[in-house]
Amino acid sequence: MSAADWLTLFSGALTTLGLSAAGIALGLPLGLALALLRWARVPVIAPMVAVYVSVLRATPLITLLLLIFFALPSVGITLGPVTAGVLALMLNGSAFNCEIWRAALMDLPKDQIEAAQSTGMRFGLYLRRIVLPQIARAALPGLMSEMSLLIKLTPALAVVGVVDVTRAAVRIGAATYEPLPPLLAALAIYLPIVYALVSGQRWFEKRLALSEAVA
Amino acid sequence: MHDFAIVWSERSLLLSGLANTVVLTVLASIGAFALGAMLCPLLMRQERAVAWAAHAFVDGFRCTPFLLFAYLVYYGLPTVGISFDSWGAGLFALVLYHTAYVAEILRGAWAAQPKAPVEAGHAFGFRGFGLWRRIVMPPLLLAAGPVLGNQVIQIVKDSAFLTVIALPELTHAANSIQSRHYVPFAALLTALLLYWALCLVVEAGVAAVGRMAEARR
Repeated sequence: MSAADWLTLFSGALTTLGLSAAGIALGLPLGLALALLRWARVPVIAPMVAVYVSVLRATPLITLLLLIFFALPSVGITLGPVTAGVLALMLNGSAFNCEIWRAALMDLPKDQIEAAQSTGMRFGLYLRRIVLPQIARAALPGLMSEMSLLIKLTPALAVVGVVDVTRAAVRIGAATYEPLPPLLAALAIYLPIVYALVSGQRWFEKRLALSEAVA
Repeated sequence: MHDFAIVWSERSLLLSGLANTVVLTVLASIGAFALGAMLCPLLMRQERAVAWAAHAFVDGFRCTPFLLFAYLVYYGLPTVGISFDSWGAGLFALVLYHTAYVAEILRGAWAAQPKAPVEAGHAFGFRGFGLWRRIVMPPLLLAAGPVLGNQVIQIVKDSAFLTVIALPELTHAANSIQSRHYVPFAALLTALLLYWALCLVVEAGVAAVGRMAEARR
C-alpha cells in the first residue's frame, strides 16, 4: 500500500467517524422524544411510535438507505448520499434508542412525579431536573452499546456512494489487486474505536451495578 | 398504486429473494447456535490461555463491522488460497460472525444460572457432553431465549449486507426490481414490510417457546 492509499484510508476513517457522530447526535434526542411520547401515552401518536419502532428495528440499514436514497427523489426531495446516509442512521438509531430510553423511563419510581407535583414543579422543570439526570445514567450503557452497533452499520452507506473506510479499503484492494492488506488496515481502524465504546459500556454497567448494590 | 402492480408482477423474483433470506437465516442460525454453544464453555475455562483466546475471538468480532468481515472472506481469503462463491462466503461470514455473539449471550446466561443442578448432575453420574446436553444447555437456552431471538433478527438484518457480494437475497431482489422498472418506493417498501413480517414471525416463535417452557416448568 502506497502513501496515497493510506491517505485514502484515513480520509475514509474521518468520513466514518463524522457520519457516525452525526447519526448518534441526531438519533439520541429523537429517540428520547419518541420514548417520551410513548411514556406519556399521547393518544394516536403513542401507538404510531410503537409501530415505527417495531418496523425500523426489523429493517436492515441497507434497505432503509436504498429506500430513502431512491424513493425520496420521486416525491421531489433530492438528497445527496451523505445526507441520505445520516438520515438513515438517525432513523435507525432513533428506534433502538427509543426502546432504551423507554426502559429507563419505566424504571423511574412513580413517587418522584408525585413529589415533584407536590412542590409545584412544572412539567418542563420536572423533566429537566428530575427525570433526565436519572434516566440518562440508567440508559447510558444501553445507549453506548447502540452507538457501537451504529458504527458497525456505517459500511452500509457505501451502497449509495459514500466512501467510508470500508469502501476506501475495497477500492484500494481493487486497484492494487491485493485486497487483504487494506481490508486488514480498515479492521485495525475499527477495532480500537468500537472496543473503546464496548469497554466504556462495561465500565458504566459495573459502576451502575455497584451504586445499586449500595443503595 | 400502479407501482405496486409492477412489484406484484415481479413477485416471483421478490419471493425467491425472501426465500433466500430465510434459508440464509435458518442455516446461519443453526450454525452459529451450534458453534456458539461449543465456544461458550471455552470462555469459562480455568486454563488462562484457552479462555483468553476465546475472549479475543469474541471481542474481535464484537468490534468488527459485519460488512467488512464479509469483504475479508469474499475478497481477502481468495488471496491466501481459500475461495468461495457468494453463497459460501455469505454463509461462512454469517455463521462465524454470529457464533461470537451467541457464545457471549450464552456465557452471560450461564453466569446467572444456579450451580446446584450441575452439581446434582455430577452426583448422578453425568459427565462431559451428556452433562452439557442434558443438564447445562436446556435451562440456559430457555433463559437466553429472547436474547437469542434478537440475535436471529440480527442475522436477518446482516444478511441484507450480502447484497453487495451479489447474493440474491431480499434486498438484492427489491433493488433489482426498483432499478429495472424505476419503482423505488413500491419495491423497497415491500421489502421493508417483508423484513418486518419476518421479524414478527421470529418474535412470535420466541414467545411460543417461552410459553411452552413456562407450561412444562
